[in-house]
Amino acid sequence: MPTVEVSFTALPSHVRTARLIALAVARRAGVDEQFLDEVRLAVGEACSRAVNVHQGTGLDAPIVMSLSDEQDRFSVEVTDRGPLEGAASAPDLDDLDAQALTAEAESDSEPMPDLLPPGFGLAVISGLVEDVAVTSDTTGTSVRMTWPATDVMAPDGR
Amino acid sequence: MDLSLSTRTEGDRTVVTVGGEIDVYTAPKLREQLIDLVSGGNYHLVVDMESVDFLDSTGLGVLVGGLKRVRAHEGSLRLVCTQERILKIFRITGLTKVFPIHATVDEALAATD
Repeated sequence: MPTVEVSFTALPSHVRTARLIALAVARRAGVDEQFLDEVRLAVGEACSRAVNVHQGTGLDAPIVMSLSDEQDRFSVEVTDRGPLEGAASAPDLDDLDAQALTAEAESDSEPMPDLLPPGFGLAVISGLVEDVAVTSDTTGTSVRMTWPATDVMAPDGR
Repeated sequence: MDLSLSTRTEGDRTVVTVGGEIDVYTAPKLREQLIDLVSGGNYHLVVDMESVDFLDSTGLGVLVGGLKRVRAHEGSLRLVCTQERILKIFRITGLTKVFPIHATVDEALAATD
């Protein structure tokens, strides 16, 4: 049972709100200060990715972010209704050739291409967070990230 | 916190001072700024990120796009950043090999390689 569940319209402007909520709940769940920047970035990447998937496929459905405080762990699950891009699993950052990303010169008049390959956000998440699970089926894709948290013994005292 | 942007000219270089959060919502503003500068003939850019509080992969994409555009004119794009939380994303994506990253604006302005 998630501690906090947030459902938001797939708009870039809401991603910041989702980040702030995740950060506040993570703090409350006892996630160590050293992980909080990681939580903020990883949740931002997961939500941006979900928003892009919905906007790219014209889906009206909201993005759902579930935050769970489970004793000594804190989990964030971001779920969309779209397909998983690229490979079936999160791409490995070692496979990304950073030089190749910038190698092709382009003219100014060209419309903005997708500069970073699909799956780049997921690659950042897996490079950042130790415990990540990406699952995808016909109903959508979900990115679940887990961090250690202090075990607060009194559940009603929080 | 939203995104703040300002530019100034230092010799043949243009310093873009960025503050706040660069994410999926605000990155288009930075992208427009970089495109405008390159369209206006400014091909040597120094992007000062010392006041940036948050940067995600969308922001990285915009910086990579800026680098491509200046390179098309044999220009340069240098970053100024000492914040560990921002440097981390450049490191995990391998983009530290792509961008010259300086500790101060003066150092970036003096760099010639």
